[in-house]
Amino acid sequence: MLRLPCPFCGERDETEFRFRGDATVVRPGAGAGLDEFNAYVYERANPLGWHTEWWLHAAGCRRLLKVERDTLTHEIRSVTAAATDGGH
Amino acid sequence: MRGPARLGAGVLTDSSQPLAFVFDGKSLRGLAGDTLASALLANGYRLIGRSFKYHRPRGIVTAGPEEPCALVELITAAGREPNQLATTLPLREGLVAQSQHRWPSLRFDALAVNDLCSRFLPAGFYYKTFMAPAWAWEKVFEPLIRRAAGLGRLEATVGDHADPAEIVHEHADVLVVGAGAAGLAAALTLASGGLRVLLLEQDSILGGGTLLDARWTAWRERAVATLRASALVRCLARTTVLGAYGHGVFGALETLAPEESVRFGGVRERLRVIRARRVVLACGAIERLIAFPDNDRPGVMLAGAALSYLRRQGVTVGQRPVFFVNNDEAYEAAFALKAAGVPVVGVVDARSESLAADRATAAGIPVFRDCAVESVSGGAGVTAIGFSKLGGPRRRLVADSLLVSGGHSPYAVLATQLGAALRWRESIAAFTPELDPGLGVVAGAARGIFGLGRAASDGARLGAQVARALATAPAAVETPFPVDPPSTPLAALWEVRRPGKSFVDLQNDVTANDVRLAHQEGYEHVEHMKRFTTHGMATDQGRIGGLVGCAILAAARGIPVAQAGQPKPRPYAQPTPFAALAGGEVRKHYRPQRRLPLHIWHAAAGATFVSTGLWLRPLVYSATPGWDPVLEEARHVRQGVGITDVSTLGKLEVSGPDAGRFLDYIYANTFSSLAVGRARYGIMLREDGMMLDDGTTARLAPNQFVLTTTTANTATVLEHMEFQQQAHCGRMDLLISDVTDQWAQFAVAGPRAREVIAAALPAVDVSNEAFPFMAAASTDLAGIPGRLFRISFSGELAYEIAIPARHAVEAWQALLEAGRRWDIRPYGLDALNSLRIEKGHITGAELNGNTSAADLGFGRMLKKQGDFVGRILSQRPGLLAAERLQLVGIRPVDPSRRLRNGMQLVDGASAQASLGYITSSTPATQSSGWLGLALLSGGRARLGQHLVASSPIHADHPAVRVVSPHMLDPENARVRA
Amino acid sequence: MDPVPSSPASAATAVRTKSGHYSFWRLLREGLRGQRGWRPAWVKASPKPRYRVVIVGGGGHGLSTAYYLASHFGITDVAVVERGPIGLGNVGRNTTIVRSNYFQPANIRFYEYSLKLWEGLERELNFNAMVSQRGTLNLFHTEAQRDLFTRRANQMRLLGVDAEAVTREGVKSLVPLIDLDNGRYPVLGGFLQPRGGTVRHDAVAWGYARGASERGVDIIEHCEVTGIRHDGGRVAGVETSRGFLGADIVCLAVAGHSSRLAGMAGLRLPIETHVLQAWVTESLKPVLDVVLTYGAGHFYVSQSDKGGLVFGGAIDGYNTYGQRGTLPMAEEVAAAAVTLLPGLARVKVLRQWGGIMDMSMDGSPIISKTPVEGLILNGGWCYGGFKAIPAGGMTTAYLVAHGSPHPLATHLDLGRFAAGRPIDERGIGPFPYAH
Repeated sequence: MLRLPCPFCGERDETEFRFRGDATVVRPGAGAGLDEFNAYVYERANPLGWHTEWWLHAAGCRRLLKVERDTLTHEIRSVTAAATDGGH
Repeated sequence: MRGPARLGAGVLTDSSQPLAFVFDGKSLRGLAGDTLASALLANGYRLIGRSFKYHRPRGIVTAGPEEPCALVELITAAGREPNQLATTLPLREGLVAQSQHRWPSLRFDALAVNDLCSRFLPAGFYYKTFMAPAWAWEKVFEPLIRRAAGLGRLEATVGDHADPAEIVHEHADVLVVGAGAAGLAAALTLASGGLRVLLLEQDSILGGGTLLDARWTAWRERAVATLRASALVRCLARTTVLGAYGHGVFGALETLAPEESVRFGGVRERLRVIRARRVVLACGAIERLIAFPDNDRPGVMLAGAALSYLRRQGVTVGQRPVFFVNNDEAYEAAFALKAAGVPVVGVVDARSESLAADRATAAGIPVFRDCAVESVSGGAGVTAIGFSKLGGPRRRLVADSLLVSGGHSPYAVLATQLGAALRWRESIAAFTPELDPGLGVVAGAARGIFGLGRAASDGARLGAQVARALATAPAAVETPFPVDPPSTPLAALWEVRRPGKSFVDLQNDVTANDVRLAHQEGYEHVEHMKRFTTHGMATDQGRIGGLVGCAILAAARGIPVAQAGQPKPRPYAQPTPFAALAGGEVRKHYRPQRRLPLHIWHAAAGATFVSTGLWLRPLVYSATPGWDPVLEEARHVRQGVGITDVSTLGKLEVSGPDAGRFLDYIYANTFSSLAVGRARYGIMLREDGMMLDDGTTARLAPNQFVLTTTTANTATVLEHMEFQQQAHCGRMDLLISDVTDQWAQFAVAGPRAREVIAAALPAVDVSNEAFPFMAAASTDLAGIPGRLFRISFSGELAYEIAIPARHAVEAWQALLEAGRRWDIRPYGLDALNSLRIEKGHITGAELNGNTSAADLGFGRMLKKQGDFVGRILSQRPGLLAAERLQLVGIRPVDPSRRLRNGMQLVDGASAQASLGYITSSTPATQSSGWLGLALLSGGRARLGQHLVASSPIHADHPAVRVVSPHMLDPENARVRA
Repeated sequence: MDPVPSSPASAATAVRTKSGHYSFWRLLREGLRGQRGWRPAWVKASPKPRYRVVIVGGGGHGLSTAYYLASHFGITDVAVVERGPIGLGNVGRNTTIVRSNYFQPANIRFYEYSLKLWEGLERELNFNAMVSQRGTLNLFHTEAQRDLFTRRANQMRLLGVDAEAVTREGVKSLVPLIDLDNGRYPVLGGFLQPRGGTVRHDAVAWGYARGASERGVDIIEHCEVTGIRHDGGRVAGVETSRGFLGADIVCLAVAGHSSRLAGMAGLRLPIETHVLQAWVTESLKPVLDVVLTYGAGHFYVSQSDKGGLVFGGAIDGYNTYGQRGTLPMAEEVAAAAVTLLPGLARVKVLRQWGGIMDMSMDGSPIISKTPVEGLILNGGWCYGGFKAIPAGGMTTAYLVAHGSPHPLATHLDLGRFAAGRPIDERGIGPFPYAH
């Protein structure tokens, strides 16, 4: 069972969080077409090893966290809040 | 006198407390402190059960949870609990147990014929036969196999076995697993450094191996007293760590002592979920068997078990024991039995040199060096053994028990689960784990440090190491430890290879020859051998023979054991009842119940409730089954006025300067242009272009929107919006709040709805001009601040009123009061559904995750300008294809025929290809006959076509006509009235 | 026993010792002569420098593909390369269920084809994989669930596949242990596919391996693929821990690791890797005759011929290559078990394990050519790969042999995502962790 160190709430069990997938894929901007969105929505590196991913602290602060985790050992390297200046 | 018997007092037994119990119908007596196994031995029992495959007679082999053979059925008031380990089952007054897996009786078991046919039943025989004739496998062979297999019988009727269990959460700096010499010493050291320690011991008492050596009594008692007195340490006996789950999380099973169980309302087990910064694995080592012919006869036991029964319960396992060993540790049992007055017939030692053997000889115990046991006489119990020197003549010893020790294997299961590498140590002929120091340490016998004194020193030293790693300074453990006797290392001995059945897995009846056969047939990897022979897959998980089988496989392959390896151990370390894993959230409490603020009112009004997700909602205000009460409610709405509780709707508030802009991104249609005081129907897509949800969103203030979501999708939509906001709209200034539980919401619908609302809200001008369709306002109802929306799900003139949940009852009653003149009546979920189907409004049945906006008729709502979630992928060719399933209405051609949800639409009664299916259906409220909504391939182009709605499972295939989904008031005259 | 050549030099000339026909009479004969005549079920082959087809992955799909290539398509110049011993991935870790009860017509046809192949498997392979059609029973607890099952069953029946609605009383008589009323969500009824059931999973891998080996396929264990050589958009072979193996066609059948292997050829797949857990209890005398699936939570269970209850739940819901199980899912699954079958409360769970799944973006498998010519993908099986082994192998072999998809597997192509034709049985969307 994972224990995720939430920067706002402290270390919590994985059951408090909702996984939201790969955080390295970037939503294409204005002007992007089918190919870019297809890659964004469907294609994944799915690495064995370090993976940067989204977790929503659903039963806590409801902040979206960017987590670096090893998909084999489950070691966690970093947990940060989603940037507040990204996107739109 | 022969056979096992009680000699006197044991460390655990209390001779002042006799207990009566029953085994196989016979009344017997034991003592408090006995296990069922020790009590049976004290009563002279050797034959306890029958083996899995060959139905050979079996007795007690061990004195602990590693027991492969002594499994019994426990008979309780609640039924029959099979496969209980006699070796760990505490004896209690009135206990009733029964031998299992035998017929007609334990002594005469018909299926023992399998033992005689065993040459035709080698490992994996079932893969090679029973294939012809084709029908015979399922009709004949398999039922026979199923009946013959299985061990105990489960007998429990519904409602039985409701013993509660609970899940308890624990936090500690250090988890110490095992309270033997090493674990106790480690815990003392850690506590002296100020660390919070959780010390878990599977046994009913702390002490481990120190309980079996009188020289350690004083140290143990002091250590346990110190730990129990420490505020930093919690000691739990009867608690087995089941598995290691990473990130410092462990699961442990605590079995409550009977008296404690009574105190906690009958709770039998607790699953303890532990979070610790470090772990000390001091879980000891397990004695191994040696494979030789008939090594399974009742009376053949592990040497350590004999010592355990003698010390703990004062029971000798025999009056004429012979030992067969390859190590010095096993001699302790011989010395103890001899000291207790039991004549030890001799020790057959596979080695030539041994300091322990020298001591035994000096003590008058005959030792036969360089020898090996090669036969056992006696069917239901040992009567004699045969042994020989390598190449020498066979000699015979009359004996009633044979006490075997093939060495000790460190118990590495938990360390392995934590990723520890296993290293082969030739000096103990076993694997030892090497744990990442960042996780903790393995101490004492668990890493091959045998001897109580050495193990205790190891525990103290490694405990200090862990304490320092956690930045504390431990004090030294003061007490000097008793000194271990000098010893000679073991000589590896796995098998004495002679004709006959030499077992490596006593529960699954796997022999050394089975292992060699696996190799011969190419199943040479340990995992293949395990699966082919079932070696190590029984309830004991092959703890005493697992490595032996692997060593025999390695020998067959001509490679070292270290290279052959052993199968990867998996949780659980101990068989764990479902009840214990499940905890308290079972049956009625399996999921929470969400009740509406008006639940009590609905119940008093005679509502039948239905679970939708977690919610309990009024389905219909009647106990009469069938459509009549539903249609009566629905028709009252169509003709007069009704009121329904829609509080389960998801309600999300989005506020802030960028709220409108954000909703433009979230919804496929535009919201930033929505005027204050107006509401708009919105559709939300997933990024892949499919519909996620729909609902009405109102703008209450320039920077304040309130969204509604479908009941089932509330959590999904909230999470979706929060994800989009935080991942993609970080620069926008807005706040999303889930206010679903804060607001109750009621719909007042029907031609008389305006009159009712006008009466209830005299301060509001509800005229069509002042408050038209899709108007929204903040308002007061009976002095309660609320919100009024003119929206309609039913297709009638309708209003929805939102009220803070704590005022729900008074608001509801105010509306009923205001509506009394127009005979307002409540309607339930079924009527709501009938009304919306007729109107062609969609819900979860149509929003099924595979429908696009275009499929559901909203294609033109997608805005042409600006980015929104799902914009690009909704335009993929496949989502625009003409043959996609599109929303249509369906009417039976013959009005007397009914429709069914899930009917497939086909073109003609004999067609196989489905063109679509009915999603929702209801009897019409306004006309006779049924109507339904369907998703139909190219549906919009098929209006007017005749098809067949086919339900083969009901043998019902009515002809139907495809119509517009808007089967009531397509011009919206009613809602705009 | 005949020695198996260990040096690559002698591999090409290895004497292929066949294991001989298995039968009751053979068991009798071997029993009388001390089991001396049994031979390895499959030859432990060493790699040759070049094959027409190299199949990466010695699991269910890789071995069945090899078997059907050799037996049905006459292509025997085939190697199956496996990182460890064969059959220890998902084919040896699943809960052994076979069925064809799907929503989408294309899926029903595909899995029904598989079920038909299962029905003849023992005779086809002369290996008893204990195909046991004891029926799969899905319970429903709400009207909405009933509607979905009705739709599914009707679709199956239209296609000639067996499906029956079962009343509450019928459910109770099929599963006497069940508690219809005392749970949080009462059982309203069920749907039964009588021809669904279980198959002894290890035997599937061994049986296909034996059949393929006897037809000339090289099964090369302990041979890890470290790279996929390709030039000019065409595959050339695989680099392995035992050297380079040239090939005209390389077929990946490595569910759980498809992304990693495809990554070696520069591809990114619509797949994430997740762990699915399974459990087995102690052995009991028969208490459950059907494969039972709970409708109000994550729990399905069957009783093996050996007597253990084999059960499972849902994926843990985040990417992982670790085969470790977790505690929260065990708690969830056990709670469902006790709720549905209270009589199991005292039954003891023996082992928990995990298998890693290719979770595809729409929850359906992929049998397809890839942008690299000659590289074929069999993957994305989610948690449904076991039941599909015969059809997956047959249709993959067809694709290898003909260069075009098998008529029953055209919908499983990789291009469906970009085209907007996902096969999303449950309508979850492109969220593998939620499927």
